[in-house]
Amino acid sequence: MKVLAAMSGGVDSAVAAARAVDAGHDVTGVHLALSRNPQTFRTGARGCCTLEDSRDARRAADVIGIPFYVWDMAERFHADVVDDFVAEYAAGRTPNPCLRCNEKIKFAAVLDRAVALGFDAVVTGHHARLGPDGLLRRSVDLAKDQSYVLAVLTRAQLDRAVFPLGDATKAEVRAEAARRDLAVAEKPDSHDICFIADGDTRGFLAGRLGETPGKVVDASTGAVVGSHTGAYAYTVGQRRGLHLDRPAPDGRPRYVLSITPKTNTVTVGPAEALEVSLVRATRPVWTGGDLPDTPIGCEVQLRAHGDVVPATVRVDGDGLTAELRRPVRGVAAGQAVVAYRPDPAGDVVLGSATITG
Amino acid sequence: MAYLDHAATTPMLDEALAAYVATAREVGNASSLHATGRRARRRVEESRERVAAVLGARPSEVIFTGGGTESDNLAVKGVFWARRAARPDRVRVVSSAVEHHAVLDAVDWLADHEGAEVSWLPTDAAGKLDPALLRAELSAHADRVAVVTAMWANNEVGTVQPVAELAAVAAEHGVPFHTDAVQAVGQVPVDFAASGVSALTVTGHKLGGPTGVGALLLARDVAATPLLHGGGQERDVRSGTLDTAGIVAFAVAVETAVKGQQEYAARVAALRDDLVRRVREAVPEVVFNGDPDDRLPGNAHFSFPGCEGDALLLLLDAQGIACSTGSACSAGVAQPSHVLLAMGADHDRARSSLRFTLGHTSTPADVDALIAALPTAVDRARRAAALRTPR
Ligand SMILES: Cc1ncc(COP(=O)(O)O)c(C=O)c1O
Repeated sequence: MKVLAAMSGGVDSAVAAARAVDAGHDVTGVHLALSRNPQTFRTGARGCCTLEDSRDARRAADVIGIPFYVWDMAERFHADVVDDFVAEYAAGRTPNPCLRCNEKIKFAAVLDRAVALGFDAVVTGHHARLGPDGLLRRSVDLAKDQSYVLAVLTRAQLDRAVFPLGDATKAEVRAEAARRDLAVAEKPDSHDICFIADGDTRGFLAGRLGETPGKVVDASTGAVVGSHTGAYAYTVGQRRGLHLDRPAPDGRPRYVLSITPKTNTVTVGPAEALEVSLVRATRPVWTGGDLPDTPIGCEVQLRAHGDVVPATVRVDGDGLTAELRRPVRGVAAGQAVVAYRPDPAGDVVLGSATITG
Repeated sequence: MAYLDHAATTPMLDEALAAYVATAREVGNASSLHATGRRARRRVEESRERVAAVLGARPSEVIFTGGGTESDNLAVKGVFWARRAARPDRVRVVSSAVEHHAVLDAVDWLADHEGAEVSWLPTDAAGKLDPALLRAELSAHADRVAVVTAMWANNEVGTVQPVAELAAVAAEHGVPFHTDAVQAVGQVPVDFAASGVSALTVTGHKLGGPTGVGALLLARDVAATPLLHGGGQERDVRSGTLDTAGIVAFAVAVETAVKGQQEYAARVAALRDDLVRRVREAVPEVVFNGDPDDRLPGNAHFSFPGCEGDALLLLLDAQGIACSTGSACSAGVAQPSHVLLAMGADHDRARSSLRFTLGHTSTPADVDALIAALPTAVDRARRAAALRTPR
């Protein structure tokens, strides 16, 4: 196949590109320039779209011996990922920008362009398995598994995706990079949101949305127990950074239970009040078989690296509900609910949907 | 493999490479006083004379440098500094909107860091400068102008400027005139004295010499403040131990290229005309950029409506065809060409451009290969560009 390898400048995508070459594909490397102003991220930034990352990617492509280009995707990235991220927070939800980037950029804008240019598929360094059966499975390295942020991909998108790293642990990938003389073998992982270089999400949001002081209200008494500078900066389940004026009567910690953008109110309460047994979601994508017309038993994951709980999932038109067998705390609207079928050969992604409540 | 990017760099001539290797085997610092040093010095001075002879300069006017970028910087900044030092109110720089970045960014730097005021001369739709506009500029400001700099021939669209006329206007007003002739030497007749310019940039790797060697031809009566301080090897204007082998090979290449210019230009222009005709046949909507007549013999430059140059380059590269979008990269991301924009193109047209440049090793087979690959590439690039509007 003629494949396009998206190369971030990190170790995973470099090894993925090299493995695609070994597998006999005709590989072209592309670094996606996602920042509108790459120069500002010249040094010290921990994101994935700095000038240094672009050079690292180019050097890796040269070592692997494949053509390499930079594609300017900044405009699309800002519209579909960054602006969406801000809008979601402003609406009181908690988005996952990596998931959105896969859905809208890597396996949409980039994939579409690649296909138009005559490529058959896009290769990335995601840790997930995608075999000849077309099923998306968790990586063998459960600590690094990224199937959650890929579960939004449709059948058509998965059919044109190649994930060469699913059967390798991160340690194996690093060792392989070293064997292949790739200088990025020891490069630290990026953990942060790539477009928030200093890791200060709250500061970033304040810069985009401005500060709007509002009240923090206790859920049971309705009493005002504190203030904030913008409800958008909070996430359901959050405990730290609430700066409450008064302790709870029972002296136990309080958590964010909900965010109401309309009134700019953050509601807090005890941990038990966070417990959710029924998750509602919208826009289901189903790739692990036929769309189920009856409730099915499976496992669900409600945020990246979150716990996995047994559940009964129903898909109904544009909606999806998951009845959890045991309650879970801190389910945030905007995150994805991903349904998995346990499987000794790697848990299979059945489908996903966006949590509404 | 069809190499259609000779304006980026062109293969070394056999005679230049042979001269390089032979000289590089010899030890010798041209500044040393002993026999070995004298031998090196003789090689350098012979080279200076050869370069001067074929370019219409005196040997003392040849300053060897590390290439085109250095020569441009030395001419622009060095003459600016020297002229301002002589008269503090001379702070104006006159340049053109289509210069190479080696001039453009040097001028911008003077504006940002040395308080220079800059007058950018516009071009017409073919990228050509109008001497009347320079006359108007100098009539109004001549006493404040430190230096005028305008290229001999444009590296992107190949347009050749009326350099002698421009230089004559500058001379009328007693203002030094620098020209970046990197793309011109060996391609069109270039004679330093006859052109009337005060400073001229030439570089080795565009004419069959080595990379990293070039010269600034600088008239004796024009002062330039050095960029590099040290041993003062070159007229006290440029310091650094001379690269004897590089200079010898550079001189051989300049001599060969200039002496063979007419024959070269006729052969390459015929090949280029064939390329242009066949590209037009293959892709009837193409827009041919630059001046059709006053043009470098090896340059063909097109806009492909509805395509992105980037995508075309990738697709042609995959077919073994090397060409250029001509646009500079800012942080690895291609920017629309300032040359095309200066010529009045909109962003889409600027982004849809591709440059094919022929040179001394080009053959009809290179053109055949391009024409074979182009229609599919254009078709695919067009489909890719159509996706740009978000769905
Ligand atoms: C018109 C022009 N000026 C200057 C340069 C820079 O010359 P060099 O590569 O020798 O630094 C080039 C080539 O890149 C050029 O085309």
